[in-house]
Amino acid sequence: MRIGVITFPGSLDDVDAARAVRLAEAEPVALWHADHDLKDVDAVVLPGGFSYGDYLRAGAIAARAPLVQDVVDRARQGMPVLGICNGFQVLCEAGLLPGALTRNGHLHFRNRDQALRIERADTAWTQDYEPGQRIVVPVKNGEGRYVAAPADLDRIQGEGRVAVRYVEGNPNGSMRDIAGVTSEDGRVVGLMPHPEHAVEDLTGPSTDGLGFFTSVLKAVVSA
Amino acid sequence: MTQGLSDLGTGPGPLQHQLDTVELAARTPDVEQPYGELGLKSDEYARITDILGRRPTTAELAMYSVMWSEHCSYKSSKVHLRTFGDLPRSEALLVGIGENAGVVDVGDGYAVTFKVESHNHPSYVEPYQGAATGVGGIVRDILTMGARPVAVMDSLRFGRADAPDTARVLPGVVAGVGGYGNCLGLPNIGGELLFDECYAGNPLVNALCVGVMKHEDVRLAKAEGVGNKVILFGARTGGDGIGGVSVLASETFDAEGPAKRPSVQVGDPFTEKLLIEACLEIFAADLVTGIQDLGGAGLSCATSELASAGTGGMHVDLDAVPLRDSTLTPAEILMSESQERMCAIVEPGKVDAFLAVCRKWDVLATVIGEVTDGDRLTVDWHGERIVDVPPRTVAHEGPVYERPVQRPADLDDLQADDPAALPRPTTPEELAAHWLAVVASPDGADKTWVTEQYDRYVRGNTVLAQPDDAGVVRIDEETHRGIALALDGNGRYARLDPYAGAQLNLAEAYRNVAVSGARPLAVTNCLNFGSPEEPEVMWQFAEAVRGLADACRELGLPVTGGNVSLYNQTGDVPINPTPVIGVLGVHEDVRTRVPAGWRTAGESVLLLGVTRPEFGGSAWASVVHGHLGGRPPAVDLEAERSLGELLAALGRGGLITSAHDLADGGLAQALAESALRYGTGAALRLGGDPFTALFSESAARVVVTTTDAEAVRATAEWAGVLVTELGTTGGDVLAVDGVAELPLAELRAAWSATLPALFGTPEATVGSVPAGTVPTS
Repeated sequence: MRIGVITFPGSLDDVDAARAVRLAEAEPVALWHADHDLKDVDAVVLPGGFSYGDYLRAGAIAARAPLVQDVVDRARQGMPVLGICNGFQVLCEAGLLPGALTRNGHLHFRNRDQALRIERADTAWTQDYEPGQRIVVPVKNGEGRYVAAPADLDRIQGEGRVAVRYVEGNPNGSMRDIAGVTSEDGRVVGLMPHPEHAVEDLTGPSTDGLGFFTSVLKAVVSA
Repeated sequence: MTQGLSDLGTGPGPLQHQLDTVELAARTPDVEQPYGELGLKSDEYARITDILGRRPTTAELAMYSVMWSEHCSYKSSKVHLRTFGDLPRSEALLVGIGENAGVVDVGDGYAVTFKVESHNHPSYVEPYQGAATGVGGIVRDILTMGARPVAVMDSLRFGRADAPDTARVLPGVVAGVGGYGNCLGLPNIGGELLFDECYAGNPLVNALCVGVMKHEDVRLAKAEGVGNKVILFGARTGGDGIGGVSVLASETFDAEGPAKRPSVQVGDPFTEKLLIEACLEIFAADLVTGIQDLGGAGLSCATSELASAGTGGMHVDLDAVPLRDSTLTPAEILMSESQERMCAIVEPGKVDAFLAVCRKWDVLATVIGEVTDGDRLTVDWHGERIVDVPPRTVAHEGPVYERPVQRPADLDDLQADDPAALPRPTTPEELAAHWLAVVASPDGADKTWVTEQYDRYVRGNTVLAQPDDAGVVRIDEETHRGIALALDGNGRYARLDPYAGAQLNLAEAYRNVAVSGARPLAVTNCLNFGSPEEPEVMWQFAEAVRGLADACRELGLPVTGGNVSLYNQTGDVPINPTPVIGVLGVHEDVRTRVPAGWRTAGESVLLLGVTRPEFGGSAWASVVHGHLGGRPPAVDLEAERSLGELLAALGRGGLITSAHDLADGGLAQALAESALRYGTGAALRLGGDPFTALFSESAARVVVTTTDAEAVRATAEWAGVLVTELGTTGGDVLAVDGVAELPLAELRAAWSATLPALFGTPEATVGSVPAGTVPTS
């Protein structure tokens, strides 16, 4: 099982995402933003960071990178794609996921251990969780406030596209406590919190994040 | 723009609009030059004229003025700092003082480089950019050694927490430290945040960076090999930060003076991140023979230091330097402190490969000169020679002053003003009230408001971070080898006795590293003092250096390098002498690290070490009485060493479940922090005088928890450390027999409300809890 991790200029959590893939017993494959080469991977992770310095808007430039165009094409054919933090911003900017991420309500960068509820336990990246399961993973962002027009929020919610919600406190003012959303087919997931930082007891607040990376192994096999 | 700098046109005075070349300087010896405005004294200017055998050109004057500034030349501190070089040679020290940062052997072929640097003055002028570029500068120092930067820390001091100007400076500094470090992808693993009136006009912003490499990857800043190319890479050169080191860092702030904002640099962490990745790829492919970052004094510093440390000379064609502003004069280009720039010496055959790596990372790289076989540093502009100097005279042979020292006239009175005379709490109600006051004071309060603006998780190797006593980072995922770091700098102790104060700061950092279970290995420092031109300040400085060197000798620790920040005063009032000391330790296996909080009920709480009635410079005296006087706690380095050995043995043996250092606020502070960390209380008995037990700040003490008190007792006996049994963990109250019953909810409310109340409560914090305290599923 080969899972690609894209490095953009300014990607920061690419080493963490690769480690999480490894701990899930898959093979991490380093992908470079400027190449048109997905190296025959079975799934792709867009990691956290500040791609292109967050210039213009967070994720806006990365969404136009050569490799992301390939990712968009493959995702439309069902390849599992996970966007974490900046990766989530890129997927929204690329049109694979609905909504947008804006400056935190309180205007500060915030890093804390955050409780989440898994709202959809049947996506490619969340099927190892139970529906409604509470997990704790780090959140850390300056522009993580999920927003969409009220009608869009109703639709996203109505279609069951909210994958993960903040519980026990909303760290950034995200609308309807949305922490992560999924594509209609459940193959693409984006979230602001960082499951790749919760994969080892030694370094994380929990190992609750590992489920994202083990889930996709089954999703690829069953696809 | 500061007067004098505006005179740095092409030529001085009557020569304006005429390029000031070496040839012209030789023909016009009597032209008046603005050396005074550039921070040079008349005898220093005379020496430059002697060295060159003529007056300096405008560009040469610019170079000498920045390189001979206090900040770059260490001219007032050098004679004292030599003491550190005289310490016995340590086997762990691979590269010592003099390079960009010292390098220490941490085992398994790994080398670690770490250093603290001040960015005090810029952070006062422009808090966000000052602090941000402070982080950027120290990260480049570490990168320059060949290491991958793996973590940062910050040690911050501000004026009174409730002073209006603190509300201007602190949020900007914290956002700047966070904004830059977060964007670089470096976890912030700890530091300090303290407040005192004396820092009102001179906040301290000291940033530490630590990097890791293999022994064979160590790089040095020298230009060797005639014909090798000099490559400038990174950001373009702009007009920011011109004269930063001479104007900002080497002068006392004048309360009435003009705004100095143009001297502060502006940072771009995205460019620095690219620079880091490009450099590491360049190092891995072995493409450089020497490398230097551009920090204070910019190109003047990088070219003269590289040439001075090498075997030959260097020639630079200044027209090749990519500019952000085409109107810059050659002198301004040489002095500019634009951030995110590096300078490399590259063999001609490797230039193409070097440029290709830079292209891959979108890093601008330009050949600006080459290593020559002479012994001169020459610079041309528009085909004419504007600099022709012996590089050593610029970089390494600046002036050295043996400044007069004098014990402060008020010190006897200050030391005689013993806090033993202060009214003490006697009733349980008073004791509880004083306990809460210390814990909820800005110095004692929860620092989450600050630390949650920092990314602690990036890179996935952070094992411990603030609020633990030391930051612990894994450096090898296979062997689990890791490092621990702590930064400590109590200015109150140093004010009362700079010799003992520096030693106490070292002892505290040493203890904090030991508490995590690590073996302390090496020391760095950032020495923040007032004006060296005042004999009383110079005495404080000399005493602190002497104290630190003596303590390092006794503990067998090398000083790997450091940084000196002088002129931290407003008018004639200096800051408290603030030697911030960093200690690096090594963990053979980070899985045996010891955290600081209580997690489980039913464990024994033990105090290790001896408590004496010592209140001089204490948090209690300061918070409750606004008092600073007496003598600081006694220094007992032998006891610190025994305690350190005991903690290492207990940690390795898995005999303790937590350990927390006693420092500011004594046992009162340590108990509160231990209980609040995971919300586990305790039932305790103190014995003896409860006031002394709670508020004394005797050094060499730690509180630990264990499920096997007998084993801890036996090990402590072996180490010669006194053990006092305090009680048992459990419940949601911190209960001390006959003294106080503090419900944790009440304690937490007081402790965590202080900083948000002062600096703003973001609306979305409601109902949330800080990192490290959420129970996991």
